[in-house]
Amino acid sequence: MSIGQSSSEEIPEEGATTRLRLPDRAPEAQPGATSYVESATEHETVFHASSVSVNYGEKRALDDVSMEIGKHRATAFIGPSGCGKSTFLRCLNRMNDSIPSFKLGGELRYHGHDLYGSEANRVEVRRRIGMVFQKPNPFAKSIYDNIAWAAKNLGMKDNLDDRVERALRSAALWDEVKDRLKASALGLSGGQQQRLCIARAIAIEPDVILLDEPASALDPIATAAIEDLIHALKSEYTIVIVTHNMQQAMRVADKTAFFSLDDTRTGTLIEFDQTDKLFSRPQDKRTEAYITGQFG
Amino acid sequence: MSAISPDPNYTLAPSGNLRRRMLISRTAVTGTIVAAGAAVAVLGILVYYAAYQGASQLNLSFLTSDLPAIGLSGGGGIGPALVGTAEVVLIATLIALPVGILTAIYLSEFAGPTVGRLMTTGLELMAGLPTIIAGIFIAGLIVDSSGQSAWAAGLAVAIVEVPLIARASIEALRRVPPTMREAADALGVAHWRTVLGVILPTASNGIVTATILAVARGAGETAPVLLTIPTFGQTYQLNPNHAVPTVPLEIWGLLNSGQPSALAQAWGAAFLLMILILAVNIGARVWLRRGERKRGL
Repeated sequence: MSIGQSSSEEIPEEGATTRLRLPDRAPEAQPGATSYVESATEHETVFHASSVSVNYGEKRALDDVSMEIGKHRATAFIGPSGCGKSTFLRCLNRMNDSIPSFKLGGELRYHGHDLYGSEANRVEVRRRIGMVFQKPNPFAKSIYDNIAWAAKNLGMKDNLDDRVERALRSAALWDEVKDRLKASALGLSGGQQQRLCIARAIAIEPDVILLDEPASALDPIATAAIEDLIHALKSEYTIVIVTHNMQQAMRVADKTAFFSLDDTRTGTLIEFDQTDKLFSRPQDKRTEAYITGQFG
Repeated sequence: MSAISPDPNYTLAPSGNLRRRMLISRTAVTGTIVAAGAAVAVLGILVYYAAYQGASQLNLSFLTSDLPAIGLSGGGGIGPALVGTAEVVLIATLIALPVGILTAIYLSEFAGPTVGRLMTTGLELMAGLPTIIAGIFIAGLIVDSSGQSAWAAGLAVAIVEVPLIARASIEALRRVPPTMREAADALGVAHWRTVLGVILPTASNGIVTATILAVARGAGETAPVLLTIPTFGQTYQLNPNHAVPTVPLEIWGLLNSGQPSALAQAWGAAFLLMILILAVNIGARVWLRRGERKRGL
């Protein structure tokens, strides 16, 4: 399947290889005709990947990933280094587009819309699908301006102070910074900076928040704070988190996807299931080997 | 426990040709130290000699008086030349600053690899261009038809300043961490807004420093002004439609007059010009480091 099929409303059956076989759709389309879908599953699908592959020039980095990511759930991607979990995460908001040799195969849909179709605008994609990175990366601006900058640029200028406060409260940072909103964000600790980055992502009211190993540069206490935050944010946002910490996946995720390298050393999706099931009764031997610490 | 007597087969003192290798190594290090010392010593000697020759000239009257009349010994100062230099450099920088910064933004943020490489090479060639070429170019293009003016001189100096500002600004923009660009990109903000709102402010110290250094360079330029405004008056000239005196031009003129008093004044002006440019350079660099530390670069 090639990319660029944004006008098509239905996902061909061959692409839907994961457990949930739903006809894909835009949420606002046909509101009356979807009751059977909603009864068939507890959650609406946000991302629908069909045989997604990624090439950097000649080199294939990721092969044949098919999965569905549900709304208002936390989904974790785990796996050894180089397995393509971050690559796939960055496909979800088109952060790889700036790499000149990057090429996506297969099909990736967001609420039924082709993410890589001709109608999809990269800037709009990222406005709906926010991202928090491995290393905290606040702007060299004040705490307030870090949050307010993107909102202002996106035209969310009304009650900016309220918006900043709400975002900081949601990120559990308000009490620590409310007296120094005008101070530079670079003066915060690493854990505070990362929560600031989460607040910055929340402030523009995205639909999805992608987190790329958000706690890997943090100490255990700051990590716990971030994990609590993910639990709290799940009710309002769809969360996708990459981690190479399996315990972290168990603590925060409803569903977990295990990525690994296949025989040709290309990253691919091995298993995707409810988190408790994946860790207690893995279906694939490779998953079992990884979670029991035999490799990785 | 008995002490073990040292085994002569495992001596730790230099053995074999190590003594010779150490001598060669020391000689080479000494050579680099001497060369580096000589290079810096030239600056010291230059400053000392200019101060020795020119410092006695510096007083308020020298800084503010009209230029001395040619052929008369004694009297006069360099007031109009200081003002004229400021005028030419202001015009040059007003032209070169937007062109240089926009060029840098294009090359660091928007240009594709091929175009980027070609244009960067072009800028480097332009920076290495003899400045007299800029002078001839503007003399032929503007002065021949419209006469001498501070505008023309400013334009010629701008040609010298543009590649300096552009290249240093590219450096400053590239020092902005890629993680900060990613952060801005991930917020659904169009790239131009990212450039204006995040990348430029983060790089602002480097760009301002580049501009100050370019101003200092422009103030000392001789060839471009010599070819565009060679006939200037002795008095203050604020109208940019006319030729204005500048400090390097006045030094050149004083030296050519052959008068002993003019020679002393030339040293005074040279010393003043050097002190101003050194001060601006040092100040700009100190300010750059302070600002970059504040921005976490």
